[in-house]
Amino acid sequence: MTEVTFKQFRSAAAGAIADPRLQSAIDGATLKFRTERHHALTELPDVDAMRDQLKAIRAATLSRLADHLETFERQATATGAKVHWARDAAEANQIAIDIARQHGVELIVKTKSMATEETHLNHALIDAGITPVETDLGEWIIQLAGEPPSHIVGPALHKTRQQVAELFSKEVGRELDPDDIPGLTAEARRLLREKFLAAGLGITGANLAVAETGSIVLVTNEGNGRLVTSAPPVQIALVGIEKIAPTWDDAAVWLQLLARSSTGQPLSIYTTAITGPAKADDPDGPREVHIILMDNGRSNQIGTGYEEVLECIRCGACLNACPVYQEVGGHSYGNPYSGPIGAVLVPLLFGLKEYEALPHASSLCTACLDACPVRINLPRMLLDLRRDEVQGRMLSPVERFIEQAAAYVLGHYRLYRLLTGTARIFQRPLVRGRFLRVPRRVNPAGERDLPSLAKRSFHDLWDEIR
Amino acid sequence: MSESKRIALMVTCLVDQVMPEVGVAAVRLLQRAGYTVDFPTEQTCCGQPFFNSGFRDQAVKLARRAVEIFEPYDAVVLPSGSCTTMIRAEYPHVLEAWPEWYERARQLAAKTYELSEFLVHWARWQPPHVANAPTLTYHDSCHMNRLLHLKQEPRTLLTAAGCTIVEMNESDRCCGFGGVFSIRLPEVSNAMTAEKVRRAAATEAGLLVSSDPGCLMQMRGMIKNTPLRAEHLATVLEELTR
Repeated sequence: MTEVTFKQFRSAAAGAIADPRLQSAIDGATLKFRTERHHALTELPDVDAMRDQLKAIRAATLSRLADHLETFERQATATGAKVHWARDAAEANQIAIDIARQHGVELIVKTKSMATEETHLNHALIDAGITPVETDLGEWIIQLAGEPPSHIVGPALHKTRQQVAELFSKEVGRELDPDDIPGLTAEARRLLREKFLAAGLGITGANLAVAETGSIVLVTNEGNGRLVTSAPPVQIALVGIEKIAPTWDDAAVWLQLLARSSTGQPLSIYTTAITGPAKADDPDGPREVHIILMDNGRSNQIGTGYEEVLECIRCGACLNACPVYQEVGGHSYGNPYSGPIGAVLVPLLFGLKEYEALPHASSLCTACLDACPVRINLPRMLLDLRRDEVQGRMLSPVERFIEQAAAYVLGHYRLYRLLTGTARIFQRPLVRGRFLRVPRRVNPAGERDLPSLAKRSFHDLWDEIR
Repeated sequence: MSESKRIALMVTCLVDQVMPEVGVAAVRLLQRAGYTVDFPTEQTCCGQPFFNSGFRDQAVKLARRAVEIFEPYDAVVLPSGSCTTMIRAEYPHVLEAWPEWYERARQLAAKTYELSEFLVHWARWQPPHVANAPTLTYHDSCHMNRLLHLKQEPRTLLTAAGCTIVEMNESDRCCGFGGVFSIRLPEVSNAMTAEKVRRAAATEAGLLVSSDPGCLMQMRGMIKNTPLRAEHLATVLEELTR
C-alpha cells in the first residue's frame, strides 16, 4: 500500500518547489486552463443555472445509483456488450487480463483513463506478459518517462517541450528538435499508428456511461479514442460505478460543462459514443465490447457525509484553481488523483491513515469550490476528514495535547491573559521589531519570519482608548 | 438612531496579541461613524483554529462561549474576514446538533459583520476624501471574498478616502496562510506567500492592504526583501481620516 505521510508530502513538495522547470510548466498550463475555462463559462447564457442543474442530476443519480447501474447493465447487454462487475482494482485488472488472454493478445492500445491509472492496470498487464501502449499524447509521454500522471486532464502537464523531445528522441533513436512541435507530434502519430493497427485489444475508460442506451461516452481531442475503439477487434471500457448518466438529456448537461470546465473548449474535438459491438453490416468496429463496472471503494461513500465526492466528473478545474497544487504538482499527492479532489478522494477510497497528509494539503482557500462545475464542497470534506483523524486518534499525542491545551486556555479568559502576559516577558530577548528572531533550524515556519507579540495586547489598551 | 444600538467589537485573538493597533483603529473608525463601541473583555478566540484542525469538541466550546458573550449586542463587528466567516458560516454548522444552540448561533450570525461591510452597509459611512492618499494594492482574503462575497466594500472605502488602487494579478489568490497549514506544511505555505508577494510587488504600489490579520501576519513574514509594507484596512483608513 502506498502511503503519503507528512514527511513524504513535505519532501516531495519541497522538491517540486525547488524545480524551476516544473514550476514554469505547471504555472503556464494551469493559468492557460484557468483563463480558457473562464472564457468558456462566461460565454454560456446562464452558467450558474447549468451548474445547479448538473449538481441536481449528479445528486439524484447517486441517490438511486444501484437502479441506474442495473438499467445500464440491461441496456448494454441488449446491445451485445458484455458487462462485468469488479469489486476492486485487482478484480478489474484480472478481468481485463483474462479477456486479453482469451484472445491471445500481446499488444494493447489504450486511451487516457484515470480508472486504469487508479488500478495500475499497465503494471498488471506487463506482469502478465502483455504490452500496453498509451495513445493519448500526454499519457504516452509519461509512459515513456515511466511516471504517473500529474494532472487529471493533462497527465504530462509537468513536462516542458524540451523534456518531451528528449523522451521522443530516445524512442525513435535520433535527435528531435524541441522547438518543432508539429514534427514531434508527427513522430508520435507515425509510431502510434503502427500500434493501432497491430493491437489485438483496445482499452478505454469512460467520461460517462449513459444508462438508457447502455453507451460509453469518451471525450478526446486527438482522435486516438476513435482508433482505439474501432481498429482492434476487441474493446474493454473500465468505468467507475459513479460515472452513470441516466439519460442522454443528463449527458448533454454533463458534456456541456465538462470540456468548458477542463480545457475551456465548448466541446472537445471528439465526443465518441460506443453502443455495443459492431453490427453484422458495420464495415469496422470491435466485434466484442466488454464493460467493467468498478467499485473500488466508491460504494462505501454512498449514504455517508462524503457521498458528494462521487459527483465529480474529473474535469480537473479544481487542480487548476488550487494554489497548493500549483506549487507542489501532481506527483506530491502520491496517487494518480491529485489536487483538491485527490486530497479528498484518495483518503476516502484508499485509507485516511495511509494518506494522512492529503486532507492537510489545503489552505482551505475555497478556490476549488468556486471552480467545481458540480459545486462539490471539497473544503467541507477536507475539514470533515481532519475531524475523522482527530476522532480516530490518528494524530500524534503531542499535537493532540497542544491543541487541547490551547483550547483550554482560550476557554478561560483570565488564564489566557496571564499566559499571554507571561509570554510577552519571555519573548523579550528574541524580539526584533514586529518579529521574533528565531534560528532558522528551529523556526517551525521555515524561512518565514514569525511575529512577536505586541508590547501590550488590545485587552491591555482597552481602558485607555474606550 | 445609531447611538442607541449596542455595538460590540470582537477584536480576534490575532489582533489582540499581535497587532492591537488594528483593534484601536477599528474602534476609532466605528466612533467616527457615530457608534459607541463596547469591548466585552472576556472574549478570546472564535475557535476557527480548532475547527480547521479537526478538533470539533474544542471548536464547539469556543463557539458556545462566543455566542454567550456576544448575543446581548445589536451588532458584532470584526476586523477580520476570516473570523467573521467562522461565526457567520460555521457556528450554526458546528452547533447544529443542539437545536437551542443552533438557533442562538443563527441569531448571532445574522448580526455579525466584517468591519468594511459594517461601515458601508450598516453605518453607510463614507470616509472624507483626502488629498495625497496613498497608492496601494488590495489582497482579497479567501473567506471574505469567496464565502462572504465582500470584494467591493473595502475598495469602496479606500477609494472614497482618495486612495488609488492598483490591482495585482489574481488579487483573490490565497496568501498561503491557512492557519495551522502554515506550520504543518511550511514549505508549501511559504512558496504560496512568495508568489502572492511577488504579484503584489509587481504593482509597484508599495502598500499592500488586506482586511485579514492572518493574511497580514503571513505576508509580513515574507516581505522583508521587498519594498512592500503590509497594513490592515482599518489602520490605513484610520490614519487617513484623523
